[in-house]
Amino acid sequence: MTTKKYDIVIIGAGVTGAVLARELARYQLDVLILDKENDVGNVTSMANSAIIHAGYDPLPGTLKAKLNVRGNALYPKLCEELDVSFKQSGSLVVATSEDEKILVQDLVRRGKQNGVKCSYIYPRRVLELEPNVLKDNYGALYCKTCGYIDPFNLVSHAIENALDNGVTLKLNHLVTAIAQVDGGYQVVTNQGSYETKLVINASGVNGVKVASLLETPSFKITPRKGEYFVLEKQFQPLVTRPIFPVPSKKGKGILVIPTTGGTYLVGPSSEYTEAFDDLATDTLTLNEIAKHAKTLVPSTPMHQVIRVYAGLRPTPSDGDFHLEPLSEKHPNFINLIGIESPGFASAPAVAEYVINKYLKSRLSLVEKKNYNPLVKKYVKLNELSDEARAALIKTRSDYGLIICNCEKISKGEILDLFSRSYFPTTIKGIKKRLRCGFGKCQGGFCGPKIVTLLSEVLKKDLNDINYDELETNIIIKESR
Amino acid sequence: MISRTLVIIGGGSAGMAAAIKAYDLGVKDILILEKGRVLGGILNQCIHNGFGLQEFQEELTGPEFLARYAAMTQERNIEVWFEHTVLNINANKEITVSSPQGLVIIKAQAIIFTVGCYERSAGAIKLPGDRPKGVITAGQAQYYQNILGQKVGKQVFVLGSGDIGLIMARRLTLEGAKVLGVAEIMPYSNGLNRNIVQCLEDYEIPLYLSHTVTKVIGKERLEKIEISKVDANYQPILGTEKIYEVDTLVLSVGLIPNLEIFNNPKFVTSSTRGLLVDNHFASEIPGIFSAGNCLHVHDLVDFVVKEARIAATNAYHYLQNQNEVSLQEFAVLKAKEMGYLIPEYIRIHQSDTAVTFQFRVRFPILKARIKLLNAKNEVLFQVVRLYLIPSEMVSLEVKAALFLQNSEPLHYEVEVLE
Repeated sequence: MTTKKYDIVIIGAGVTGAVLARELARYQLDVLILDKENDVGNVTSMANSAIIHAGYDPLPGTLKAKLNVRGNALYPKLCEELDVSFKQSGSLVVATSEDEKILVQDLVRRGKQNGVKCSYIYPRRVLELEPNVLKDNYGALYCKTCGYIDPFNLVSHAIENALDNGVTLKLNHLVTAIAQVDGGYQVVTNQGSYETKLVINASGVNGVKVASLLETPSFKITPRKGEYFVLEKQFQPLVTRPIFPVPSKKGKGILVIPTTGGTYLVGPSSEYTEAFDDLATDTLTLNEIAKHAKTLVPSTPMHQVIRVYAGLRPTPSDGDFHLEPLSEKHPNFINLIGIESPGFASAPAVAEYVINKYLKSRLSLVEKKNYNPLVKKYVKLNELSDEARAALIKTRSDYGLIICNCEKISKGEILDLFSRSYFPTTIKGIKKRLRCGFGKCQGGFCGPKIVTLLSEVLKKDLNDINYDELETNIIIKESR
Repeated sequence: MISRTLVIIGGGSAGMAAAIKAYDLGVKDILILEKGRVLGGILNQCIHNGFGLQEFQEELTGPEFLARYAAMTQERNIEVWFEHTVLNINANKEITVSSPQGLVIIKAQAIIFTVGCYERSAGAIKLPGDRPKGVITAGQAQYYQNILGQKVGKQVFVLGSGDIGLIMARRLTLEGAKVLGVAEIMPYSNGLNRNIVQCLEDYEIPLYLSHTVTKVIGKERLEKIEISKVDANYQPILGTEKIYEVDTLVLSVGLIPNLEIFNNPKFVTSSTRGLLVDNHFASEIPGIFSAGNCLHVHDLVDFVVKEARIAATNAYHYLQNQNEVSLQEFAVLKAKEMGYLIPEYIRIHQSDTAVTFQFRVRFPILKARIKLLNAKNEVLFQVVRLYLIPSEMVSLEVKAALFLQNSEPLHYEVEVLE
């Protein structure tokens, strides 16, 4: 129990909470961010399409449309400041029939209404841009501002930058109760309670559940599951930009997407699920996804799958984002929930929106003098020339020792993480940050080496090294 | 940039055997690049016996087998650079290598690629259900147990009856774990018969043929698995589900040649998912050869070293006569009953007396006539073979003289007699 009173407690260190925390770090505020997981960005922000949507898809006039377009515009600078891979590749929404061509042209008009630069391109032009797309296509929407990012490092670098500027993070803190107290709220967790003037609820798929600890909102959030395949790197690129089918009521459909790591994603499906933690994949759904992907990109090598996964979209019952105070009774409990796709693209605009619309009138926002928006540049050996790599190995021999052979990640790059204000402590954490285990062997070779390395760096026993959450130690605790 | 006559990538059994052979033929300027700290590769963790029956007429453990090869390598003073990982190989045979000592580019006259294989993962088989901690490949479990001396679980199920899976079923049993069973989706085992007997039957571990895991259950830690019987098309049969409470699911669901992507379009994949090679184990880049498990996965290490010696002999011939022109060149297509075929491209040289083909069948065949035909469907060569099974590689030798008149693609057919 602490008597300290925070200005703001943010519940949830997914992309929305992390980017907001980083934005709030520029002000003289005491900000605490809580997350129930053992790493940041570990639920919906971990399992998605990693696309920075342009904004041609949301219905004109919605908050979603406005913030998607604004967020997309903020991305190049955000990723530059946070040192995160972002490829503004453009995207195609491909028509596969005469009927779909009409829908694509409607989508172009909708995009323009939303203020997005996009156009209809003819089938031949589609094939010039993406030779592996269906030969008999009926043209496509082409938009240059869509892109794809490294979603894991966007969240963790935003958190790192927030911590560098004075924000406090507490992991493995599950919020169990919230009480209104004099001048604010008391947020009770499984590991102590925290007093704050204002609460930001950015708890994603659990958003309504968390809000209901105080008062039940008028809308519901239902998890909508999306399953994906990950395909291994190819000798010749399969596609160089996200390829979308024509959207339907069920969402954006099955896409074929390049990733910043060189692999490809195929998915997602779209099925409502009862459980808020149901991340299971199933064969029937995956087979269906594979079939759809082949209609769009016929040569998609479905025999080169290296991973399958599922994520949950926090789908609100009324369709739009909920970025507002919980109720008139609770002007200082602000929901940032119901943020399904385009949640990543919108995150920086959501932060801007909530600060301007709500926080400026509620708190005194005075800028810090020593605020630094930049994350200290990471050494990324695979992006360097041979000469630059050679020079770095001379300064530190660990940069020469390769630990992850599929992705060619050095011991030095892993050790670098631990000099940061926020660093991962799990196998999955290292995987998310550096791609060790994201390759075709899926950590078969580097996994045990990373367990050993983590035990050395963290000065813990081998059987205290977790795969992901607490008590997911790979080596069991039993003496012989 | 430094220059070397022959660079061998990978210091496992294939790499050592290739180096020793090349040295004995007279290539003295040899360098082995090894990413680990010791020679022997995966054999270091294969502490069970059964190695070397053909090579040394003795039953050795993996470390004993590799120690003999390491000694032969050292006797010849063959240079080995440890903790050296290849980052790139270009078409000029310039190899970019990273190590704690620095970054070096080596210009090789010839390269033999002997980097081994990797294990097919849970993701690659689209294992249905959750993705908790506790689902682990057999090789990884073997590393934790045999190299680090650490246990990974107490209640274990094994999916796949590949040899390492069977060996780990026994190994984990000996370490006190309860192995509840081994499920194999095929109606026959994928492991060697001797391993079924010595690793499962001797320990009363049940083998469930035509069964697979249809659901992994457990959010963070593995709690249960659901096993179902499958039909003739490998589809789960509803109503046959059985739940096992386990903390560990060991996967032994296949090994895949470790072909690296060097963004080099001249590296072509074969039906084994390794490098496309011809009958001299030569790739499409002149002077780059490949052998061992990075080419196709072998049944025994004894076959690996034998193949590596052949590749090394060919590399030696290449170094002697780099401009040798082939008399004939043509592709060979595998039969649909074959899982893969090596080689799938033939170059007949003056000195060739025979071409050896290696393949695996996709399903067991009691008796088959294997025919090699030309574009006009004329049979050039045929042979009848008995008891063909997927877990045993088949080798066929065809006289080179048969191909001297041929320049068109050939194809194999397998006529199932029984």
